[in-house]
Amino acid sequence: MWDYVKIVLFGLIALLAAIAANYARDLAYMVHALLIFAIAAGMFIWAVRTTWEEKPAIEVNAEGYMDGVVRYGVVATAFWGVVGFLVGTFIAFQLAFPQLNFQLLGDGIGNFGRLRPLHTSAVIFAFGGNALIATSFYIVQRTSAARLWGGNLAWFVFWGYNLFIILAATGYLLGATQSKEYAEPEWYVDWWLTVVWVAYLLVFLGTIMTRKEKHIYVANWFFLSFIVTVAMLHVVNNLSIPVSLFGSKSVQVFAGVQDAMTQWWYGHNAVGFFLTAGFLGMMYYFVPKQAERPVYSYKLSIIHFWALIFLYIWAGPHHLHYTALPDWASTLGMVFSIVLWMPSWGGMINGLMTLSGAWDKLRTDPIIRMMIVSIGFYGMSTFEGPMMSIRAVNSLSHYTDWTIGHVHSGALGWNGMITFGALYFLVPRLWNRAKLYSLPAVNWHFWLATIGIVLYASSMWVTGIMEGLMWREVDANGFLVNAFADTVSAKFPMYVVRALGGVLYLAGALIMAWNLWMTVRKGEARVPATAAAVAAE
Amino acid sequence: MDTYSWMRELADSWVLLAMFVFFLGVVVWAFRPGSRKDHEESAHLIFRNEKTPAGAGLEEAEK
Repeated sequence: MWDYVKIVLFGLIALLAAIAANYARDLAYMVHALLIFAIAAGMFIWAVRTTWEEKPAIEVNAEGYMDGVVRYGVVATAFWGVVGFLVGTFIAFQLAFPQLNFQLLGDGIGNFGRLRPLHTSAVIFAFGGNALIATSFYIVQRTSAARLWGGNLAWFVFWGYNLFIILAATGYLLGATQSKEYAEPEWYVDWWLTVVWVAYLLVFLGTIMTRKEKHIYVANWFFLSFIVTVAMLHVVNNLSIPVSLFGSKSVQVFAGVQDAMTQWWYGHNAVGFFLTAGFLGMMYYFVPKQAERPVYSYKLSIIHFWALIFLYIWAGPHHLHYTALPDWASTLGMVFSIVLWMPSWGGMINGLMTLSGAWDKLRTDPIIRMMIVSIGFYGMSTFEGPMMSIRAVNSLSHYTDWTIGHVHSGALGWNGMITFGALYFLVPRLWNRAKLYSLPAVNWHFWLATIGIVLYASSMWVTGIMEGLMWREVDANGFLVNAFADTVSAKFPMYVVRALGGVLYLAGALIMAWNLWMTVRKGEARVPATAAAVAAE
Repeated sequence: MDTYSWMRELADSWVLLAMFVFFLGVVVWAFRPGSRKDHEESAHLIFRNEKTPAGAGLEEAEK
């Protein structure tokens, strides 16, 4: 029965996509309709060919954990990471050397303006998102002692999410954007992500509901808050009405300051729940596992969780100091941002102190070193963030490169490093290898990435503060001293340093990709423990 | 009173109080006497069931 439904469904989607491609009003929409047509037609043919065939015997090991989708997620994470870092490094060079805005591709496709959202979405949503989905699927199974709920729904989540990424990325290049930072994809891509996200929530919640452990481990609380909050943020911030069902353009429902506030309520909570809560879920599992000791204080982790989610949701207005937003709202955002410092550092201390009594592992285990440095960067950027949200500091830092430096010390340092640690942890286990192919390569990755971040962050501090001071400099008569172009030329050397930092970080990620590949291809298999060992009960 | 003002007043009085009390409740619950054993048990949860789900009939390899 389900096979027939599939045939009808894929056939209908292919037909509708072909019609949509025919009536398309713009290039991006047409390319997307053709892409969906190709995928649906392929699935249709595959469904027709397999329906009347003898089904192979039921999947082996249907009782065990569902790790196939986690393996795909790990590969996608490493792949999108390298792509995202590559684009980021390229656009960093574009800022230093504008000649790199090649016109060969025609119509602005290779311009900074279109590559920049490609970079941010590739690292946050493709690299970070795949990492979150893969690790949450891994962790929720282990901590619930239950197989993923919903059967193939988990595969739908993985492929659906990656289709969303392809649609978003190609859309940016072809000029389809609703111009909301970190929420650029147009209406039909947003609708698709909503469907995928609901499926993700169902798989995750279903697994928790069928758990065999009494307690829901703290990592799952963080993951669940990330999934639920991102669903809410995504739907509200993307309330828009398409101009035509056959075009990519849409019009926002909110306007003016309401739109701005909704956007930064979304934007800051994307940082708070996507890049913080979700990755804290990783921290609370992988750090104790790699250190082979339980988390420093489970009580603190509970308070960390509730304090973080109660406070983060209010911090958004600090993006809108000195705008049309009422003063009380931006003061509220500022105060909550500063209070947020406490749970953030509570979480940092909890992560770091997990190593207490085993600090020697920092010397011997480059993976734990990566995780600990990541928590260090978490602490650093959660100190810097509240400071920058103070109105007086913000008047200097806002719209300057300081903000970009802050974002990158968080993203490269915290999100990047903890994800690398998680990948190094997962690959030998998922592919049943005794250990990683090369530990010295992990060391190289660690130092390249760390030095890359240091170059990046310090050069952006310098240009950011310099540019802020130059913008506000007035002469004795109250006239501005510097033209905007003066700040641009003054920033050149720091832009080169920043791009070199990106090169180092990218090189580290390439070493990681090679190391993980070799672990899968050449690593020696884990020796299965013999039954004789069971007697020790 | 229009809807906006009503919600605004509700938010900064009763809802604020309710959320604050909930949060204090969480803190008290986390620190309640005799909870140490439960927390320790929860913290060690990650070291079980690494290879197979509980009760899947497959022998846990590491014991």
